[in-house]
Amino acid sequence: MIAFIIRRLLQSVIVMVAVAAVSFTLFRFVGDPVNSMVGQEASIADREALRDSLGLNDPIFLQFGRFIGNAAQGEFGISYRLQMPVTELILQRLPATIELALVSGFLAFVVGLSLGVYTALRRRGVMSNIIMTGSLIGVSLPTFLIGVLLIWIFAVELRWLPSNGRGDVVSIGDWWSTGLLTHSGRLALILPAITLGLYQMTLIMRLVRAEMLEVLRTDYIKFARARGLSARAINFGHALKNTLVPVITITGLQLGSIIAFAIITETVFNWPGVGALFINSVRFVDVPVMAAYLMMIALVFVVINLIVDLLYYAVDPRLRVDRAGKAH
Amino acid sequence: MADPLLSVRDLVVEFPTRRGTLRALDRVSFDIMPGEVLGMVGESGAGKSITGSAIIGLIEPPGRIAGGEIRLKGERIDNLRPDALRKIRGKRIGMVFQDPLTSLNPLYTVAQQLIETIRTHIDCSEAEARKRAVALLDRVGIPAAERRIDDYPHHFSGGMRQRVVIALALCAEPELVIADEPTTALDVSVQSQIIEVLKDICAERGAAVMLITHDMGVIAETADRVAVLYAGRMAEIGPVREVITEALHPYTQGLMGSIPTLTQESDRLVQIPGSMPRLNAIPQGCAFNPRCDRAFAPCFTERPELLSPEPGRLAACWLHDPAKTQEVPHD
Repeated sequence: MIAFIIRRLLQSVIVMVAVAAVSFTLFRFVGDPVNSMVGQEASIADREALRDSLGLNDPIFLQFGRFIGNAAQGEFGISYRLQMPVTELILQRLPATIELALVSGFLAFVVGLSLGVYTALRRRGVMSNIIMTGSLIGVSLPTFLIGVLLIWIFAVELRWLPSNGRGDVVSIGDWWSTGLLTHSGRLALILPAITLGLYQMTLIMRLVRAEMLEVLRTDYIKFARARGLSARAINFGHALKNTLVPVITITGLQLGSIIAFAIITETVFNWPGVGALFINSVRFVDVPVMAAYLMMIALVFVVINLIVDLLYYAVDPRLRVDRAGKAH
Repeated sequence: MADPLLSVRDLVVEFPTRRGTLRALDRVSFDIMPGEVLGMVGESGAGKSITGSAIIGLIEPPGRIAGGEIRLKGERIDNLRPDALRKIRGKRIGMVFQDPLTSLNPLYTVAQQLIETIRTHIDCSEAEARKRAVALLDRVGIPAAERRIDDYPHHFSGGMRQRVVIALALCAEPELVIADEPTTALDVSVQSQIIEVLKDICAERGAAVMLITHDMGVIAETADRVAVLYAGRMAEIGPVREVITEALHPYTQGLMGSIPTLTQESDRLVQIPGSMPRLNAIPQGCAFNPRCDRAFAPCFTERPELLSPEPGRLAACWLHDPAKTQEVPHD
């Protein structure tokens, strides 16, 4: 078990270095940051001086080494655009994104799981058919369109919910701010959370349904019926637990993409999160911010993958033995 | 004669398909006496497993019981509501399936599955159920049952898992155990042990067994009586010795004749010519007539009912109806 975790951690480090290399090289080609930092009338000498002070004239490998070294300490330099430490900038906006992602991820998982189980058990029901057809909309409509539609219905026409921003925010500790504790904060969260989570919800629902139907056909479910267990024990004890193994993977990975793809939702709802910060940084070729963002997303994926693997152990006893055997 | 434990009369099971309705079982009738071991043999697709599923009420939709009745100690069980039927499953009729590797839920320990089943049917505490479970595992021959009960199914070998499955089928002390090819998926060396365990433990508890198999050797050693199915119809039922040595139905004769023996000197294995008809192409009259070398006129027009040429034996063959055989000189 511990050997497995150590091995996975080493793999994670390699992944992170690879991502660092990609992000570093990629952003060397997006444009010249100096152009967007200085005015039109800056002299060439001024520009060179700035380049030198930013270390942009050093050899590539030196720059990359410096980048990695700093990144390992959570240091991503100063934003070209806002002249603030990037780490501080991201940490400031991270709570908004994480709160949005967790709420919509939770929503997607709970609703997706319930609807998936329901449609699997009532396979031929009218309601199931309606849900299944409806889920096609969730899968096929692009996020920004859903967001705009929701704004139009609930913010513009009905005027029930705010169309942008985070509402009132309460600070917890030095670096965390939450909208969950205020009424306006909670109201502001509803539309973005639905927008961001709808696709994942339909995905989880369809996955749960397919897996559940598969499991319900297995011999051990037939044997459980032959033993006279109640329908509830069979469906929710035996079938659902076996369904969860693959569902956990997908849900975990989806949580990663929820955080990564919050960019669009944050843009539509003017949500003050990391995604919005990233979009603005792209516009100004703010390389340190972009690199840090990419590294952060990579870290999120790596951590979630690790957690998903550990959850497997909790759910499936077969893996505990197999992996332990291999570790010798 | 005592009342039968299980009585199946004219059981019809149908599967609607796009190309018409298939009759998987066509008016099958038989009895199982209390404490008796009834062997159920036939080729693949003859309807053996469907019979077992029908009795326990687990025919996969869209298949359905389309006619006949099933009585357990005189009480009809084929038309019960689902929750009433559920109380019979496991409690009064236990079932053992073919493949022990897939019969157990891989995510729960043996203890969890046993205790869950025991507590579903018997009102007792967790600790008491566990005690019963350990005793039962010990009885079916799991060494160090007290310790191994907390293992997961994948910690057990195939033979051991089938013992666990037998323990699960028997944990609520059912009156009838349906064993659907319980040894087919196992090593030959373990097969007889499993049959032994199943037979002994049922005899101990006075449970009757319906043993579905295509292994005539198992039937000969284990069963009291044997029922032969062919194309969803009952061909012959009788005491096992008599059916093996002097079968009444030409199909059974062919079936027994095709068992290879060590003493018999022969270059080729004996086989019945042709194959069992598909369910959508069953010939008129007797289903066996295209393959039967003794078929005569009535076999092609009328379906033979079960006739009893000797006490305690039944065969669905016109050869045993004196009225029919007199019409045409045979042989």
